[in-house]
Amino acid sequence: MDFFDRFAIPHASPAIYASMVAIGLTVIAIIAGLTYFKKWGYLWREWLTTVDHKRIGIMYLISALLMLFRGGVDAIMMRAQLAVPDNKLLDAQHYNEIFTTHGIVMIIFMAMPFIMALMNFVVPLQIGARDVAFPRLNALSFWLFFMGAMLFNISFVIGGSPDAGWTSYFPLAGTEFSESVGSNYYMIAIQIAGLGTLMTGINFITTILKMRAPGMKLMKMPMFTWASLVTNAIIVFAFPVLTVLLAMGTMDRLFGTHFFTTTNGGMDMLWANFFWVWGHPEVYILILPAFGIYSEVISTFARRNLYGYKSMVGSMVIISLLSFLVWTHHFFTMGQGALTNSIFSITTMAIAVPTGVKLFNWLFTLWKGKIEITTPMLYSLLFIPTFTIGGVTGVMLGMSAADYQYHNTMFLVAHFHMVIIPGVVFAMLAGLTFYWPKMFGYMLNEKIGKLSAWIIATSTLLAFVPMFFSGLDGQARRMYTYSESTGFGPWNMVSFIGAAGLAVGFALIVYNIYYSTRYASRDIASDPWDARSLEWATHTPVPEYNFAILPQVKSSEAFWDAKKHGHELFQGEYEKIHMPNNSGVPFILSCIFFVWGFSFVFSLWIPLILTTIGIFVCMAYRSFEKDHGHYITVAEIEETENNLRGA
Amino acid sequence: MKWVLLTLIFTIATVLTGCEPLMVLDPKGPQAETQAKDIMLSIGIMSFIVLVVFAILIFMLTKYRASKQSKDYEPPHIEGNIWVETICVGIPVLIVIFLSIVSVQSNNIVEATPKGYGDKEPLIIYASSSNWKWHFSYPEENIETVNYLYIPTDRPIEFKLYSYGPITSFWIPQLGGQKYAMSDMVNTLHLAADVPGEYMGRNANFSGKGFAENTFNVKAMSEDKYDDWVKEVKKTAKPLTEEKFAKLLEPGHLGQSTYTGTHLEFLPPPEGENGGHNHGSSHSSKTEKHDNSSETSSESEHHHQ
Repeated sequence: MDFFDRFAIPHASPAIYASMVAIGLTVIAIIAGLTYFKKWGYLWREWLTTVDHKRIGIMYLISALLMLFRGGVDAIMMRAQLAVPDNKLLDAQHYNEIFTTHGIVMIIFMAMPFIMALMNFVVPLQIGARDVAFPRLNALSFWLFFMGAMLFNISFVIGGSPDAGWTSYFPLAGTEFSESVGSNYYMIAIQIAGLGTLMTGINFITTILKMRAPGMKLMKMPMFTWASLVTNAIIVFAFPVLTVLLAMGTMDRLFGTHFFTTTNGGMDMLWANFFWVWGHPEVYILILPAFGIYSEVISTFARRNLYGYKSMVGSMVIISLLSFLVWTHHFFTMGQGALTNSIFSITTMAIAVPTGVKLFNWLFTLWKGKIEITTPMLYSLLFIPTFTIGGVTGVMLGMSAADYQYHNTMFLVAHFHMVIIPGVVFAMLAGLTFYWPKMFGYMLNEKIGKLSAWIIATSTLLAFVPMFFSGLDGQARRMYTYSESTGFGPWNMVSFIGAAGLAVGFALIVYNIYYSTRYASRDIASDPWDARSLEWATHTPVPEYNFAILPQVKSSEAFWDAKKHGHELFQGEYEKIHMPNNSGVPFILSCIFFVWGFSFVFSLWIPLILTTIGIFVCMAYRSFEKDHGHYITVAEIEETENNLRGA
Repeated sequence: MKWVLLTLIFTIATVLTGCEPLMVLDPKGPQAETQAKDIMLSIGIMSFIVLVVFAILIFMLTKYRASKQSKDYEPPHIEGNIWVETICVGIPVLIVIFLSIVSVQSNNIVEATPKGYGDKEPLIIYASSSNWKWHFSYPEENIETVNYLYIPTDRPIEFKLYSYGPITSFWIPQLGGQKYAMSDMVNTLHLAADVPGEYMGRNANFSGKGFAENTFNVKAMSEDKYDDWVKEVKKTAKPLTEEKFAKLLEPGHLGQSTYTGTHLEFLPPPEGENGGHNHGSSHSSKTEKHDNSSETSSESEHHHQ
């Protein structure tokens, strides 16, 4: 019995038991459904073993939406707990677990897969390629992320969730102060997902550098592709830091090393430094692809080319460099002294300059345009003012002397939500609506879409602007309760109303997906938005090989050129196309990784050794496997093309 | 213009809080005042930027909507314009330079003895946290308190911060910004109180289950009253023994209590040669008197390095 005790939740509550039952029932329902409808084979052939970047993108998208729901439930519970003073809805331990998982789920398991979804789906199409450079590695990236996410999400029903904050500062996250396996989940699950992200970084840099269509010079790449290139460069430099950090954290927790402990020479600042050396670039990993989406959407619906293309590219490159030079601003209060703080204060504020350039370029893209307000455009236009408020408060936080007063308060919480929600979430929702017809062959309802955009934007303001005030009034972040005499009550009540509004907005998006799936017309053109870049030049649905003939590119808006100036994109005859084969290895390897991670979390050494061997066996199998892919014949291409043209 | 905006925002902020000023913007000491000034200044400049962006956005949206234009209007192809780009870079650069100068100046102010207090000998108080309490040791007076802090007004105070456990952050919003207390080094926070009164103090950095209640009361009083209090404590309080302090360190919440003697004598703070590392040693000269016993051995250690 002792053996099983470790899997029990140290801190059970009715909500957790209810979730256990719900998870159990959902799993049974999925298995029963797949068996009843005889879909196991379909699932295996078309999805679990796929190496097609479009399908991987869609799987990333589904995961991101699921995780958005999970992180959103956490958020609502937090805001409900704080809505009134001395609330007893949650106790301290439960609240601590919830804000920890909210942060990790939203950053690592929601925002990251969301940008991965769009990069996977869009980048190869946008550069006129047939897949990414390493399709099977791409599948492995997804499955590693997915298994990391699943491993993290079972924590609250098996063994207990991490409770040391998403930043997981030691010594609080060490075994001395966090005895439960929660922080083990943090170390291992993020490690597995992070490996996937690192592989994506390598994969997409190679893809973008080596696989562009003929004529697409670097300075003729669409802006989203540029954003993806810069983002993946940041990933390749930042994620190894996270890998090392989590490995050290794991060793501290499981093998008794003393990197970050309070005794034997451990150094707790080391964790904070390493964490933010990864953590701050991570912010730009999230926001640069979002900026790319905005560039595409705004220029499409202003019906104009993007203003200041060169400065857009330049500012992204500068942001990517500066992103590695500002990490100390996350702990100005750690006692580095006036000189260090001054240097990092200046580098931090300097980021406002390239970001401002981008903002003004978007505004000038509207100039002399013919602005049409569709749902993606509405998100982009709502992004500009909301993000500006979030952004300028970032400059305020960058003034280190004043930061002593903002640090660790709700002011900071307000700031980063006011940049991440309009910056990343609005962009992802804009991208989702924008690319939905290309992904699924029908459009999302515009009326419901616009309504949800308005609800989400106003609710964002309602939820987070009060926090600027309560922060300046002395409300520290991560407090599970406060007394009435503090006067924080009204601010937090308004925040709660805003959070509820956000929930309504997201529910409306889900309803929109349901409604449009049911009623929307399937008879749409391959270019429903009258857009400008190559992803719209191919058919909807996109054939497996993306482009029957690789496009010839002359400008950064190749498709627009083709439409308006009669430039011939597809020149030449059909030739047989070489495509990669599907493979079950990435999925199986990631399943082994899941068991490996689980064994690690609970220090089950024998399964850990067995799965480690399994991982190497899979890699060896891949190394010796002779798989040269397959060819699609000219006859097959002709048939597909004729069908798609007819449809 | 700037001052109009400043007053406007300040009024809005005041009205919104029911005429009670926000704590951080209601400073009672020189450091908090410097910080509040920086905050108001940056709010003013930032509001200006927000207004410019809003104005441009509204202009573009009203003027260039498709519904306002003829059907056959074709937007032109416009590359960037070097002058427009220069302005878009230039003005933000000027603003950042200005704010950088302010920021650097303020950094040096908050990291030094408060302005106008330079001629007075600072009162040194060791503030250490343990789950989830604050221990205040007054080496000069040789007394120690738990969860409350008495300080004299008009005298600079040097807080020496460290932690028995997770990283915490020592924060008295109305006297000045916060700083981290960590287990392997001592941080110095310079504060002073101009006005007598009671202020809220707390740990601002999440440190586990008892974090929300990890607060303390601060009472600032005139130097005479402060001296009376110290005399009173010395007369009435019990001595702080090693066993007693070990008990106090046990995780949990405690009320306020007072002792004669400090724990610094039997449990020296992690500074100088007692620190986990050698950084932060610039502050160690003042405190070496507390741990004479280890001085010689550690001196020789330093030479070896």
